[in-house]
Amino acid sequence: MLDDFLIRAGLAGLAVVLATGPLGCFVVWRRMAYFGDATAHAAILGVALSLGFGAPVYLGTLGVAVAMGWLVAHLAGRGEAVDTALGVLAHGALAVGLVAASFVPGLRSNLEAWLFGDILMVQRADLIWVWGGATLVLAVLVWRWQGMVTATVNEELAMAAGINPARERLILTLAMAIIVAVAIRIVGALLVSALLVIPAASARSFARSPERMALLSTLIGAVSVACGLSASLFADTPAGPSIIAAAAAIFLFMLPFRRPMA
Amino acid sequence: MADKASLANRAPLIEARGLTVHLPGAERAILQGVNLAIRPAEIVTVVGPNGSGKSTLVRSILGHVTAQSGEVERRAGLRIGYVPQRVHVDDRIPMTVRRFLSLPRSVSDADAAAALARVGAEGLQSRQIARLSGGQFQRVLLARALLNDPQLLVLDEPTQGLDQPGIVAFYRLIEDIRRETGVAVLMVSHDLLVVMRASDHVICLNGHVCCHGTPQAVSAAPEYQALFGADSAETLALYRHDHDHAHDGALLNARHDHEHDHGPQHECEAHGHA
Repeated sequence: MLDDFLIRAGLAGLAVVLATGPLGCFVVWRRMAYFGDATAHAAILGVALSLGFGAPVYLGTLGVAVAMGWLVAHLAGRGEAVDTALGVLAHGALAVGLVAASFVPGLRSNLEAWLFGDILMVQRADLIWVWGGATLVLAVLVWRWQGMVTATVNEELAMAAGINPARERLILTLAMAIIVAVAIRIVGALLVSALLVIPAASARSFARSPERMALLSTLIGAVSVACGLSASLFADTPAGPSIIAAAAAIFLFMLPFRRPMA
Repeated sequence: MADKASLANRAPLIEARGLTVHLPGAERAILQGVNLAIRPAEIVTVVGPNGSGKSTLVRSILGHVTAQSGEVERRAGLRIGYVPQRVHVDDRIPMTVRRFLSLPRSVSDADAAAALARVGAEGLQSRQIARLSGGQFQRVLLARALLNDPQLLVLDEPTQGLDQPGIVAFYRLIEDIRRETGVAVLMVSHDLLVVMRASDHVICLNGHVCCHGTPQAVSAAPEYQALFGADSAETLALYRHDHDHAHDGALLNARHDHEHDHGPQHECEAHGHA
């Protein structure tokens, strides 16, 4: 059954949104959208380095994404102007990654698959990676949920309850690096952070609690994957961008139904 | 509540001795040799100009900031309820009052309702935090701080953003809670007159303890008047505070802190009216 490319694509997309749904809520709550961009763009450099040196792509991508996440978190902790630093790092990493990719023969002709993803080409090995990474991220989020939400609401209140806000931030950074690394095959480096931001942003106005927002965000992500895959199948559109376009369409469609909450 | 006369003689819940804190990047110490003790059921207020180290003092007593020297001694198993300065819950996070009370530890519906009722915020459970008025939100924060049945409440500028009637009502609420539960209170405040009226012991801080004692004694102290102006003392007389428990003799008069050898030109005066 897993030989069917469409089922593999659906399973891979589902795994990604199971993790990006709740993780994306933290991205929205903590205004970390550019942080996702920086990590994802750095991943292209990771792909180029892995292929160039013959290393496993997932490990190389993960390594560079984690390094970028750590660097950004370190700069933010030192009080640098974060948006400027992120702009430099995100675009610099993408540019250096593209230059590096041009030196890797196999990658040069196939670059589009890494930039925009190729969910219809997902293999069994990819499924193992993406389900492994997504399950790990989801498990960590569930395990640390109360502390992470408290630290997001107010760091002083979290510290008074014995929670270390810096540690929760670091865990979020690592979780984002992991999901970027495993999702890059599916939606690509340019659009993976969109999957973090758009479903969570759509869910915000329809949720009354952090948990409901996480569930709704996951659901919207899953519907986006289904719509994007269908569009790709029937209209022959590129699958990764179609998924993000579907998510954006859902966001716009839901706008008029937002209600002010008491 | 315990026998009033014995309260002041009880051992402190928490005591700081010679607390000196340098914040990273700052030239001089933000706190220098600060002593502070809070006894059961006592309301202690820290007043001082902006940048005098009030919040740093609170945070180092809570253990959120590491002191370079000095020590903080807590009674074993001390339960603290904390209301930090300037809490703002972003409207991006959907959060009902009920959910907020269960962060990070779940509490029962009955406990949540009781805490809200105690602070006059009953029925707010299903409201979104970001949509509360300033006064409602401060009460919800106070309710959250009361949930673990604290022996000490630490309130860092709890009336910021409230109007004058709201400020008066909030301090009255604190005094009521203290009277009913016997909780001790450490408060940082800008609302000089109202807060001193509600305090048993006032600490005038400007990097070091300028003077401390009863509100009357502190308001008469030259160090206090140098910091806040002579008017502040005269106005306080109108609000003379009725103490509901006695202090021991040492606390009745302002004790001037001369550990730092300021000489005739007191250090407070150099920073006056900051």
